[in-house]
Amino acid sequence: MSETGVIFDIQRFSLHDGPGIRTIVFLKGCGMRCRWCCNPESQRREPETMSVDGRPRTVGRRVSVAETMDVVLRDAAYYRRSGGGLTLSGGECLLQPEFAAALLAAAKSAGLNTAVESAAFADTAAVDAVLPYTDRFLLDIKHMDSAKHKAFCGQPNERIHGNAQRIAESGDTELTARVPVIPGFNDTAPEIAAIAAFAKRLGAAEICLLPYHGYGAGKYAGLGREYPMGSVRPPDGGTMARLAEAARGAAGVRCRIGG
Amino acid sequence: MSIHNSASDMPISPRIPKLAAALFAKPPEIEPARAVLLTESFRATEGELTVVRKAKAFARILRGIPIVIHESELIVGSSTLAPRGCQTYPEFSFEWLEAEFDTVASRSADPFYISEETKAALRAIHPYWKGRGTSDLAFSLMSPEARRAIDGNFFTPGNYFYNGVGHVCARYDKVLAIGFGGIIREAAEELSRLRQGARDYARRAGFLKAVILSCQAAVDYAARYSSLAREMAAKHDDPVRKTELLEIAAVCSRVPERGARSFRDACQSFWFVQQLIQLESSGHSISPGRFDQYMYPYYIKDLASGAVTPETAQELIDCVWVKLNDLNKCRDAASAEGFAGYSLFQNLIVGGQDEDGRDAANDLSYMCIEASAHVRLPQPSLSVRVWNGSPGELLIKAARLTRSGVGLPAYYNDEVIIPALMNRGLPLADARDYCVIGCVEPQKPGKTEGWHDAAFFNLCRPLEEVFGGDLSALVTYDDFYAEYRRLTEYYIELLVNADNAIDAAHAERAPLPFLSALVDDCVARGRTVQEGGAVYNFTGPQGFGVANVADSLLAVKKLVYEQKRVTLEEYRDALAADYWRNPSAGDIAKRVAEEIAARGANTDPDAIAAAVIKAARVGAEQKAQGDRLLAMIAELPKYGNDEPEVDEIARAAANIYARALERYENPRGGRFQAGLYPVSANVPLGAQTGATPDGRLAGTPVADGVSPAAGRDVNGPTAAANSVSKLDHAIASNGTLYNIKFHPSVLEGESGLWNFVAFVRAYFDRKGSHMQFNVVSRETLLDAQRNPGAYKSLVVRVAGYSALFTSLSRALQDDIINRTSYQSL
Repeated sequence: MSETGVIFDIQRFSLHDGPGIRTIVFLKGCGMRCRWCCNPESQRREPETMSVDGRPRTVGRRVSVAETMDVVLRDAAYYRRSGGGLTLSGGECLLQPEFAAALLAAAKSAGLNTAVESAAFADTAAVDAVLPYTDRFLLDIKHMDSAKHKAFCGQPNERIHGNAQRIAESGDTELTARVPVIPGFNDTAPEIAAIAAFAKRLGAAEICLLPYHGYGAGKYAGLGREYPMGSVRPPDGGTMARLAEAARGAAGVRCRIGG
Repeated sequence: MSIHNSASDMPISPRIPKLAAALFAKPPEIEPARAVLLTESFRATEGELTVVRKAKAFARILRGIPIVIHESELIVGSSTLAPRGCQTYPEFSFEWLEAEFDTVASRSADPFYISEETKAALRAIHPYWKGRGTSDLAFSLMSPEARRAIDGNFFTPGNYFYNGVGHVCARYDKVLAIGFGGIIREAAEELSRLRQGARDYARRAGFLKAVILSCQAAVDYAARYSSLAREMAAKHDDPVRKTELLEIAAVCSRVPERGARSFRDACQSFWFVQQLIQLESSGHSISPGRFDQYMYPYYIKDLASGAVTPETAQELIDCVWVKLNDLNKCRDAASAEGFAGYSLFQNLIVGGQDEDGRDAANDLSYMCIEASAHVRLPQPSLSVRVWNGSPGELLIKAARLTRSGVGLPAYYNDEVIIPALMNRGLPLADARDYCVIGCVEPQKPGKTEGWHDAAFFNLCRPLEEVFGGDLSALVTYDDFYAEYRRLTEYYIELLVNADNAIDAAHAERAPLPFLSALVDDCVARGRTVQEGGAVYNFTGPQGFGVANVADSLLAVKKLVYEQKRVTLEEYRDALAADYWRNPSAGDIAKRVAEEIAARGANTDPDAIAAAVIKAARVGAEQKAQGDRLLAMIAELPKYGNDEPEVDEIARAAANIYARALERYENPRGGRFQAGLYPVSANVPLGAQTGATPDGRLAGTPVADGVSPAAGRDVNGPTAAANSVSKLDHAIASNGTLYNIKFHPSVLEGESGLWNFVAFVRAYFDRKGSHMQFNVVSRETLLDAQRNPGAYKSLVVRVAGYSALFTSLSRALQDDIINRTSYQSL
């Protein structure tokens, strides 16, 4: 419980990142720089200052496992009744593997359902560290083409896909594939179908298509950065339905739109 | 999507929308018949025992009041000719109505049409009641200090001061079983056993005769409907309606005189009881209670014999639901603000445990929820009892109704309420059989005179009073807190004085023989409910503003005593000036005048200019100072965010109120018990409350019930519910009320329903007592304000009840819109 890590938010009463009523702990720091990232304040590891409603706010703080669990366990009654629990998100939570594993282990020992929401761009050792305590792995799979992946996310995808294999083969966790649907990046039927086929090979229980949204645009301004997506519009309902159909058709996998 | 999200599982009979539409075809109207008949009777019975006069008047009203059977009705009995009309009750009070004759039709909260003929008829009989009303006697019985405290808005006992008490669940089960004929026989036997030489013979005998008279009046009233139905059938061409009318005639000739033989009998008999209690007295919150329990034997018997199918039984239940919306009550303008939405608070509860601790949910529990989904009207105030053994599907059925956005049902926690009632002296079996009255008030049905809505106590006002006293003596926070406590306790004593005066006035002037026939153990004790005839007697005044008091006490503790960033005197001045936000023209003029006076009444233009400039500068400095103070307050933890220190203060502040009250007794031999709920009075009474140390501005609403102050709970619903659950809900045994607003997205899909049910159950695991929900988007409510015509049927949860949104005052609408709405994250 004396492990510490850097987080930038704790969000209670989350309903869409694993089963039941959950608390999400957002760990700070990410090795990728996806253009559409809606939490740009999550990318750097160190605490930083972001302007919120015109006022400077420090984003990120170092916390211990004990003090984090103190907040998480305040909603124990709601987890117990709903089958919910703790979800780690980020940033990339696997970049703080000791802290992440300690949090998940503490949650497990308190009887909570645990989930990790990750893009798995991390050392395989980090994946191995969290898997024993992770009931559900919400794995981001963004694109099957490594070059395109690198162009839009700042990193190639081989390491991610290798880790995905590792997660799938471990048998320790229920795997859900999550695909952010980004206009101009992966919003075509063949691209989504390819991802779905890969998810199917991994044995994913489900694939979730998450439509792009621009809610994070203001944060870039608050950090003094330019929003890379500019004025790109979210995909419309028809597009999303078509892509979901493509995923189902390609792989026969369960697919839904949204978390 | 709409089918998936529907709360209904059974098709609705085409009769039901027709009945509902007819109810709302025109604005409600005041009718004079009851008041005129009452007065005629009272003029003819001068000198007799009051309870007998009341019974004779009741009989005369039921013989003479015009009756009507509306098109398509199966369940009959209307207190007025016009749908949703109301009668008046001058025996309680009438001056307010006469004073409001010309404004009652146009007022913002609950307007009623009143014709010139009705005004003339009422003007003719009102002089008789001058000085004879309960309010006249109550006023004369109150101490001068209590009257001053009422004038100072510390509390308002206006509800029972002006009106009947109501707030009761009668022995419907008994009428269903043995009919009024059976009750008359019991009273007659009791009467025959009385010894003429007994010291209380005259009163007891008079009471029992009054019981017999009023029960017979109910039987005769039903007979009038039976005759009317037969006459109408004779004239009717449509064979279907003809048959229906003949069936109505047959049913009304059997019940409520005799025990119900069928589910149809039971529905009609129930309705006469429900209607007539409200024709005897103007008290509201006449609560049907555990309808699913006492109606079940009749349903299951008819289902087995084939006399009903689930569909025909559902139609009858739906008809009862519509009828519950046919009753109405006109309150004085100020009370109408506090009970806005024409609500009668007829609380009907399903599920929970039986007397032996088994789960009591049955088919009717589901059908009652279904009925509310069908009619989509504010009445009945549908409630669901929840305990660890509640079936998941019942709660899912309830959750689907919640999701449909009607603000129903409210959820109650057996695991808190049963021990809370036992703590008030009820044996386990009676506690397990509780129902809920009015908004949130639990009682054992058929045995209780709970006086549940005895007064509104504004917990913020004693705090204002602290700042009006000698601040120099308040050296430590403990001193400050002790002074708040002392003043709260002082005003509670005055509240008790006022309530007991009103209580005595009701016993003296408004004994209710018909109701007393339906509450144990009045007949055996030979006393009306007003005189302590009920087995359990309570008085339950409700406090509101816990959140504001908690946030205020924490702010004073931190800013004045711990951080020493502001003095009590500075705080006092800021509060008096509403945080210096809006200096009035008068304030500015006064400052200028003072400045000029200080300069020796110099009228030199330059001197005046200098005075004005200085006054303006002082104004600007004060405004900045007020803003700084508000900013400091904004940084502090607030109740509703799962913050231990302020939540603990909230618990302690609520307990000051609850613990002080439970020391007092009422004239009926019962105890006071605290409630923590606002009805909708937090808005009008907030308008009379100055700025509070939590940063709440003068005149704005005080927090409702035990809910966090609007908009201050920023950590989501679990954090807010945790804060609320830290209060001692069992000590506030007259009920606590927690309002939550969800955006529809939270309850989307099957998982949304399950998560919602889990949320309710978890709050109840943490020993919360009550929860109610508005599931509606902010945009919808704003649009309804802009286009009320398009949202006539939009039902929202106000406090312990639902009401049509467009019928609420603008201020109350705004308050509902401003409650924190939780989105799905």
